[in-house]
Amino acid sequence: MGMTITEKIIAAHSGHQEISAGQFVYADVDICLGNDITAPIAIEQFETLGVENVFNPDSIVLVPDHFTPNKDIKSAQNSKLLREFALKHQIKNYFEVGRVGIEHVLLPEQGIVVPGDLVIGADSHTCTYGAMGIFSTGVGSTDLAACYATGKVWLKVPETIKFIFNGKLNEWVSGKDLILHVIGNIGVDGARYKAMEFSGSVITDLSMDDRLAMCNMAIEAGAKNGIIEPDDCTENYVNGRAQREYKFYSSDADCEYHEIHEYDVSTLSPQVAIPNLPENVRPVEELSDIAIDQVVIGSCTNGRISDLRIAAQILKDKKIHPSIRLIVIPGTQAVYLEALKEGLIEVFIKAEGVVSTPTCGPCLGGHMGILAEGERALSTTNRNFAGRMGHPKSEVYLSNPAVAAASAITGKITHPEKIN
Amino acid sequence: MINGKSWKYGDNVNTDEIIPARYLNTTNEKELAAHCMEDIDPEFVNKAVEGDIIVAGDNFGCGSSREHAPISIKALGISCVIAKSFARIFFRNAINIGLPIFESEKAGIEISDGDNVKVDINSNIITNLTTNKEYSFTPFADEMKDIIKAGGLMEYIKVNYCSS
Repeated sequence: MGMTITEKIIAAHSGHQEISAGQFVYADVDICLGNDITAPIAIEQFETLGVENVFNPDSIVLVPDHFTPNKDIKSAQNSKLLREFALKHQIKNYFEVGRVGIEHVLLPEQGIVVPGDLVIGADSHTCTYGAMGIFSTGVGSTDLAACYATGKVWLKVPETIKFIFNGKLNEWVSGKDLILHVIGNIGVDGARYKAMEFSGSVITDLSMDDRLAMCNMAIEAGAKNGIIEPDDCTENYVNGRAQREYKFYSSDADCEYHEIHEYDVSTLSPQVAIPNLPENVRPVEELSDIAIDQVVIGSCTNGRISDLRIAAQILKDKKIHPSIRLIVIPGTQAVYLEALKEGLIEVFIKAEGVVSTPTCGPCLGGHMGILAEGERALSTTNRNFAGRMGHPKSEVYLSNPAVAAASAITGKITHPEKIN
Repeated sequence: MINGKSWKYGDNVNTDEIIPARYLNTTNEKELAAHCMEDIDPEFVNKAVEGDIIVAGDNFGCGSSREHAPISIKALGISCVIAKSFARIFFRNAINIGLPIFESEKAGIEISDGDNVKVDINSNIITNLTTNKEYSFTPFADEMKDIIKAGGLMEYIKVNYCSS
């Protein structure tokens, strides 16, 4: 029996020739990631072990991106804990404000994670890197502490669900719409404990930014990881940025899938998830009367340069609706600088949006755009749980950046084709 | 042996509801416990007493990986969580920090708010003492039992990796 790409990567990191779903392994970790919310607990846990040194400082990445630039004194204390731990253990991949970006935009961009890696992160959206042919999964802070000491993580090998996308995407339809469509189809626990493998001609034609947005939201279907077999697009993306040697894995023709879902997406419209679960997905046309208060364009899902380009394309020479607050958040300093060079930042400011330093900020109701009671946001982020972005009685709708930009102009949820 | 009163919730209770992000600027267990379940049930911390049990539907603990969620439940003195199913990161976090969790489809459906519930870990049996019904729960893999027996992942690591 052949193996899936997910099984092959886990096998290669746990000393097995063959491996199958359900098997329990202690796997070697290439990169383990923590942020300013999750790493403080990991550091405190690690220090209870009485171990002098971390297993491998080069495998540790610390990205204080959630509440930075520090929003309050407690957050500042937590960031300080990361800074001092990095210094003490000579962790080179610590990113200070000024170099920091949103972790799941930053790590692929900097070539810190590379194809064939096994990556864990104390952040649920660590599944993003599957877009590059990486097995990457979200874990907790204690897992991270254990990895600091041992270089390993305990894993149960997941079964894989394969998703095949055929057809040709309409204008304004992106990777974000494909993953929202899938979550709407299978539900928020439709892939619980499973690997989601995305394939088909539509995926072959998809940019790396769009692939990253898709794998990013695998967790929103409950998945352990999302993954795409590496191809020419992957090679073009990693060539020149990979900091280590990389390896392309692919699924065997005779591997076993738990389920296979096939979609023809030629007629798919931009998708919007309505409150309060990412599975409540509707075509944008059905929501044209929904008025909104705030639009957020950014996050680990849609804070990449192509996301800002498409938003700026729609907002160019336009002003947003007077009742709307538009917050644009480039995912990293490099994305910010590129957007500046291309004139995108000028477009956003002239449209009367604000542009923030890279941060997770409003996505999780952290800072930089918290909602008041009864307010409604349309956001390119990944979760629309009740109160996710602020007051427990505020609402979040999720969409791609083009829909978000178009809606900022009209003040209502709007199909981008309506903006000329 | 675990014995306590049940507090019943529905499907897809997410970690934003268990511990909202506005409290994630601390790692202090007591502070986290003071806001446990705040965005799904603001009165929970006032009405729950030590030893009580949370019972829920499918996909309990979905969403963010924040370990602050199981920490807040454990630090409040909740003795265990019984659910039809658990989201995977919450599941591993609970095992890792030593918060007892039990997956049982029927118990998750049939136990009501306020029922008196007992869990016998050795015999794998959940008993609803209010209705006199018994339920089995999904047994843990041997490797997970080793972590649970050690009292959590840090204790397991101490013995198996750090004792040399």
